[in-house]
Amino acid sequence: MIDALALVFIAAGLAFDVLGCLGMVRLPDVYNRLQASTKCVTLGTCSILFGCFLMTGFSAGGFKLLLCIAFILLVSPVAAHAISRGAHRAGIPLWKGSVVDMYAKDREGEA
Amino acid sequence: MRTLRWFLGAVVLLGVILMVILDPLDSVFYPATHRHMELVGRAVSILIISALLLLYRIMRGPTPADRTVAIDIFGVLVVGLCALLGVASGRSWYIDIGIAWALQSFIGTLALAKFLEGRRLDD
Repeated sequence: MIDALALVFIAAGLAFDVLGCLGMVRLPDVYNRLQASTKCVTLGTCSILFGCFLMTGFSAGGFKLLLCIAFILLVSPVAAHAISRGAHRAGIPLWKGSVVDMYAKDREGEA
Repeated sequence: MRTLRWFLGAVVLLGVILMVILDPLDSVFYPATHRHMELVGRAVSILIISALLLLYRIMRGPTPADRTVAIDIFGVLVVGLCALLGVASGRSWYIDIGIAWALQSFIGTLALAKFLEGRRLDD
């Protein structure tokens, strides 16, 4: 029963990972790619790790997996935010179909 | 140049297909500690295919920010790969590799983002 649940978690995580990487290839812009891939791959990897935790149970390896889930959930949004801020400040243009750019408006207000 | 690029892509795709069909990773997992071992081994090959999609973006990305995003996502993906390998082979030190990889990838991504912004490391 628990093994079947773990396999369901691992399969969902694999699907999220593959779709996130497909978005990384297919989308037109740095910001679109970051928005698609970061969230999908973070959730997918956390789901895979939780499935592996259900398989191993409460052993040393299982607690390492839980620690890894906490670390990834804490760290991955920070890295994505740093990349998007650096890209916008480096002057990388948005996709030509983008609707709004609030961060540029805010920076005009600062200057 | 274009033919070289297509040739490299065809070689990589052929290698992936051969690896999924012949499954040489089975010889790595010699202690059969878990009964879902083979299924988890196939899952590893799916993760390798998505990592190849990321490598395409690293090779082809028009701006440095694309490459930085791809490297960050690659680091998160490898953690899941290490966890799956650890479950499939029954050795828990694969997960230590995953934790160390996540730490190094985070620090490297922050440094690359800082360089993108035009600042130095001691800024």
